[in-house]
Amino acid sequence: MRYLFKTDYRQDLTIWRHRGDLFWYGLLGVALLAIPFVLSEFYVGEFGGVFIFAVAGVGMMLLAGYTGLISLGNAAFLGIGAYTNSILLAHGVPLLISLPVSGLFTGLFGIAIGLPTLRMSGLYLAIATLAFGSIVGTVFQKWDAVTGGFDGFPVPEPYIFGIPIQSANGVYYLSLAVLVIVLWLSANLLRTPLGRAMVAIRDSEISAQSMGIHLARYKTFAFAISAFITGLAGALFAHYVRFLAPDAFDVLLSVQFVTIVFVGGLGSLHGVIYGALFVRLLPQFIAIIRDDLPFGVGRMPGLEPSLFGLVLVLVILFEPGGIYGRWIKIKHWFQAYPLKRRSSFRRQKSYARSERLR
Amino acid sequence: MSLFRAEDIAIRFGGIRAVDAVSFDVQPGEVFSIIGPNGAGKTTIFNLISRIYAPTSGRLLFQDQDITNVPPYRIAGLGIARTFQNIELFANATLLQNLLIGRHCHSTVGVLSELVFTPAVRREELKHREKAEEVIAFLGLERYRDTLIANLPYGVRKVVELGRALCIEPKLLLLDEPSSGLNVEETEGMGFWIEDIKKDLGVTVIMVEHDMNLVRMVSDRVMALNYGKVIALGTTDEVQNHPEVVRAYIGGEA
Repeated sequence: MRYLFKTDYRQDLTIWRHRGDLFWYGLLGVALLAIPFVLSEFYVGEFGGVFIFAVAGVGMMLLAGYTGLISLGNAAFLGIGAYTNSILLAHGVPLLISLPVSGLFTGLFGIAIGLPTLRMSGLYLAIATLAFGSIVGTVFQKWDAVTGGFDGFPVPEPYIFGIPIQSANGVYYLSLAVLVIVLWLSANLLRTPLGRAMVAIRDSEISAQSMGIHLARYKTFAFAISAFITGLAGALFAHYVRFLAPDAFDVLLSVQFVTIVFVGGLGSLHGVIYGALFVRLLPQFIAIIRDDLPFGVGRMPGLEPSLFGLVLVLVILFEPGGIYGRWIKIKHWFQAYPLKRRSSFRRQKSYARSERLR
Repeated sequence: MSLFRAEDIAIRFGGIRAVDAVSFDVQPGEVFSIIGPNGAGKTTIFNLISRIYAPTSGRLLFQDQDITNVPPYRIAGLGIARTFQNIELFANATLLQNLLIGRHCHSTVGVLSELVFTPAVRREELKHREKAEEVIAFLGLERYRDTLIANLPYGVRKVVELGRALCIEPKLLLLDEPSSGLNVEETEGMGFWIEDIKKDLGVTVIMVEHDMNLVRMVSDRVMALNYGKVIALGTTDEVQNHPEVVRAYIGGEA
């Protein structure tokens, strides 16, 4: 077991906990860069999808996992990013400009939804964002002049410095790059006052306020950054699907984002990756075993959404820490072997809050 | 010159006058205690000072500046910190993170530099860390530095909340029942810390408290409230033996 001996405050400011971390992440990076040379195009495409969903998951995690604001409208942000990017490309804007612009444009929608929902929390916020999502979905369908309506919108082939990106490999590397950048920005955010303010709002609004945190400003910021990141994911998503259909950005997609953060583990960036792997690979897994399931279960409609729902409920009930929380516990079991105690992860019960102000 | 002054502050919730024309002033460097039976309006006064409630009438002055209409998130920046009766810590963050959140009102860096973590952000983070470590050393919390608040015992959380308030580097500290939920020993420890905060850090303290031993141990002056009105103000002994106060607690015709 490694014992970290800290001798400098700067050690707590690094993203890596120690040199070992750096080594393993480096190895992971090399492996990810090598995947397109090893695996078939189908799997490369699937991994590209995982990266795109991980980017969207980071957007959801900053909002739900770190600021405690549940949104069921993030699919709309993804859609806005996807349409913005495609429309800009169709007008001849290069991808390196249209990609960040789609993010920023979606971020404006984040501010627009953030401001009126400042006084809401929990279920009410979920319903408000759900309504926002369905309004945006309807706009995608009805505004044919811009979005192509139900005829759909073919995504133009993008180029970076003359290299075409639309292939599975292109989307793979582009999404990987965006994911790494987004993870780096989020990790930076979380080690500065901004990230701590978000965590403070999640855990106790009233005391966040008495610490000098401007609730309205930071909640709006959380929505803005979440929308920005989800918009980036949307721009990538457009190239992943190559053809935008207005009904792709419905509430089921939003629920998938929620599933990513809950199943992966609320309040951790690692969890986003695990959650994205789960959400993208479960349908593939179902497709593989579909024919071998008894009683024709595999042919039943709605098998996939109901499995998502079931897993979500089970995770919330039995492992609120998600996959990442479980991984921490397994690691602890090995590190402490054979001294693991039941109480290691049991939390102190605190006194009931009798005097809530609102 | 008084550090803090309340002039005829009052707040009504519907027909109930929770605080009714209360005036008091707090001198720099003193420990000012507020006592009174349940529902007397003690915590309401704190919520008025930290601007969670807006007073129906009256004025609040801090360092001769009118803070009656200052928004709640500005209060910490002015130098007024508070703790809560039922502990409002950030439970899913470590102790150190909690203290660093207390440094929030001293942060000067912008969003974009935070996103890319510029050297200026790094320098400021180190400065905040040093201040937080001073508070950790002051309160003897070293061994819990990286522990999640959710895993800390109640008595320690109470101290952490005090520490988080000290990280604001306040001029005025509002303590809402610092001894509630603590045993006799822990209460005494809290008393010593309040004395140290007053003497070593030079922070002025307003304290709401039920434990009369603690009140007697640290207070310079005591104000007694009942039904939102001031019934006595003076030294601990004067207030404790005041006939109105005795009647408020015990009842009867005195």
